[in-house]
Amino acid sequence: MELDGNALAGDLAEVFAIEMTSAGFTCAGCKHTGVVATLRVWTPVPGAVARCPSCGDVIFSLVRTPSRVYLTLTGTARLELPL
Amino acid sequence: MGIISRGFGGRRRDSAPDLPPGQYLTHDFPVLSAGPTPRIPLDRWSLTITTEAGQKHTWNWAELTALPSEEITKDIHCVTKWSKLGTTWKGVSLDTLFEDVETAADYVMAHSKGGYTTNIPLEDLLDGQAWIAYEFDGEPLDPEHGGPARLLVPHLYFWKSAKWVNGLEMMHEDEPGFWEAAGYHMYGDPWHEQRYQGD
Repeated sequence: MELDGNALAGDLAEVFAIEMTSAGFTCAGCKHTGVVATLRVWTPVPGAVARCPSCGDVIFSLVRTPSRVYLTLTGTARLELPL
Repeated sequence: MGIISRGFGGRRRDSAPDLPPGQYLTHDFPVLSAGPTPRIPLDRWSLTITTEAGQKHTWNWAELTALPSEEITKDIHCVTKWSKLGTTWKGVSLDTLFEDVETAADYVMAHSKGGYTTNIPLEDLLDGQAWIAYEFDGEPLDPEHGGPARLLVPHLYFWKSAKWVNGLEMMHEDEPGFWEAAGYHMYGDPWHEQRYQGD
């Protein structure tokens, strides 16, 4: 199922201390910049895969296991976090 | 209400004795994807086996479907806990495709249209254990299920059966594919419940 980055708000809130859907990202592939809420997200299983809305490359994936969360920053050149 | 409690076993699902631990039986065929579904015209389809020496063996659609095919009936097990029993497929055994491939490498990275990858030991792809499948239930394989053709390795969790497979790359060392790098198990044996790293 395809959603947008807002679908990741709950999962990211477990990892980061700030609201992440308004955080900026830069795609390592095409250098597109945007906010996490605009990512194209395939979820929920086997994990969430967030893709660049411009080129479709994977920006990050998020896998929940019974004991941990794996956040894999596959194609994230930069995250820009509001203070 | 019955007198005897069923206990705290959770919601009882449709179960069968042939299910690996932690799995439940489904009669549907759920679609799980990590990205958009590619539509691959048959005249642009190809599969390439690349050896560790860089030698390439490539089949187009006509060449693949001209090879001896097999009818396959196997149970499949998804890491998301559904299992589907007695699924029927048609495809070409990887024993056939590897007949003329000279390799001393022990591992394979399967590549798919769209960039998906998954790693599998070569010994798990040979001896009648794996196929390039292009029919499901007597019909051409739907794009949502990996059509025109997908890898079928039913003895491992189904993420190893790469949809839209277009390449098999030989490797001397075992390297993680897409889900393996994202936290899933390197091998993925459902009977040992190897779902995540460390299982």
